[in-house]
Amino acid sequence: MRRIMVGVKRVVDYNVRIRVKPDNSGVVTEGVKMSINPFDEIALEEALRIKEKGLADEVLAVSIGPADTQQQLRTALAMGADRAILVQTDAVVAPLSVAKIFHKLIDKEQPLLVLLGKQAIDDDNGQTAQMLAAIWDRPQAVSCSKIEVADGKATVTREVDAGLETNEVDLPAVLSVDLRLNEPRYVKLPDIMKAKKKPLDTLGLGDFGVDGQPAFTVVKVEPPPTRTKGIMVKDVAELVDTLKKKGLV
Amino acid sequence: MGKILIVAEHDGAKLNPSTGKCVTCAAKVPGASVDVLVLAADAAGVAAQAAAIAGVGKVIAVDNPANKEPLAAVLAPQVAKLAEGYTHVFGPSTTFGKDLMPRVAALLGVGQVSDIMAVEGAHRFKRPIYAGNAVLTVDVPAGAKVVATVRVASFEAAAGGGSAAIEKADPGVALPSHTRFVSRTGASTGRPDLQTAGKVVAGGRALGSADGFKIIYSLADKLGAAVGASRAAVDAGYVPNDLQVGQTGKIIAPELYFAIGISGAIQHMTGIKDARTIVAINKDGEAPIFEAADIGLVGDLFTILPELEKQLG
Repeated sequence: MRRIMVGVKRVVDYNVRIRVKPDNSGVVTEGVKMSINPFDEIALEEALRIKEKGLADEVLAVSIGPADTQQQLRTALAMGADRAILVQTDAVVAPLSVAKIFHKLIDKEQPLLVLLGKQAIDDDNGQTAQMLAAIWDRPQAVSCSKIEVADGKATVTREVDAGLETNEVDLPAVLSVDLRLNEPRYVKLPDIMKAKKKPLDTLGLGDFGVDGQPAFTVVKVEPPPTRTKGIMVKDVAELVDTLKKKGLV
Repeated sequence: MGKILIVAEHDGAKLNPSTGKCVTCAAKVPGASVDVLVLAADAAGVAAQAAAIAGVGKVIAVDNPANKEPLAAVLAPQVAKLAEGYTHVFGPSTTFGKDLMPRVAALLGVGQVSDIMAVEGAHRFKRPIYAGNAVLTVDVPAGAKVVATVRVASFEAAAGGGSAAIEKADPGVALPSHTRFVSRTGASTGRPDLQTAGKVVAGGRALGSADGFKIIYSLADKLGAAVGASRAAVDAGYVPNDLQVGQTGKIIAPELYFAIGISGAIQHMTGIKDARTIVAINKDGEAPIFEAADIGLVGDLFTILPELEKQLG
């Protein structure tokens, strides 16, 4: 079976203005809206489109997180994923451990393609795809804005500092996706009903021989330094005057 | 004692300024000695530039035709091999380093510290999370090799005038052929580079079209500035992706930043937090950009910009 595996992370919704906990131990997540990481949603959309083109047979959504992550996986199933796996843990799992867990799943699922978001918008690490590709000893292509699959290969366009770069990778491969790859579909009500019947398997960290120990110790989390409030000028003349006084123009 | 290896970024001919910023970051590690690794088809020219960075102990140059283009799958095994004996391996948090360094970390069996913004100790670093809306201090376990990317906007470039020794090396590792470079488009507009420019003029959705964006280029040329854009402007197709500033685009720290017709979404603000002076021009006086701006002007940009150019003389 030609299978695409997609990583789905549960994160604080991108519209939420996050708050740092008063004891500096982290960020407030209780009572905060949680969603699928936006980049992962794009990865899932791309997997669905590849399947709809007849280039894959099954889309498998995988997440690692607390029991409530089922909500995000149900959303993924409603979008069109065929089945889902939740590796359930309350621990914060570091990218290298995520990569090891995915690698074990790959052994069993033998995907043609693994699609991941280029970063999660909570920890902004941007590491999992590259680490997974390294452990699996397969190609990686990060920040893809275009993906074409044909003849056991993927031709990808990647967003890089210099512009756009095109790479060709042999499959299977790990691809991480960028914002402009596609616009994810909206979930319709009948699909939500249908998604309830799709298989969602729950596994534990113990099934993977990976412990929940983070790679690094969190010393503290602080709000960023704030910029001091500036001034408003009334017109262009005052703007130019102010810039000249500061020696900026 | 920190023995630090920095992976140089370059285009085959010219060393990227991000490398000098990594040297500045590395030098803040207590007891640091800093070496630079240049992987290229022909490393001599770039290695000479790296050797001139003040504070560099030696430059390790690897010549291999396979290194002509910076493919992470090809470079990572070489970096991992040559990282033997080093306590830290740093790369820039540019698309080059973001691609390469996590692959290096995984080959070395360690985690990665992404986007170092401050060095607090040999194993303690500050890095931004949640689009820079929180700052995390982390400890890497003692004894573990530290693999990290350096948030280049947080560090000044190191001075020149150095004369480090250049040593040729051959990592002697097998390189994969499963990943191939095809082509690259974009860049080289003749304007200053967005990531290193002292002045940046950036436009947003309010410019309305690629044609409307011309007044941004015009002001930028007047000021000798680089051009940037918000995600909205890139998504709308006014400008190419390499101009995007923000959480998922470029993180920059110019002396002067003009945000023109940019509302100031948090994802954009994270890209300009380190700008010395932010000037905002927007017709909506309530736009969040004015909360972060040092100088704000409310009004129609299509009236203001031509006037501004005129008054700048």
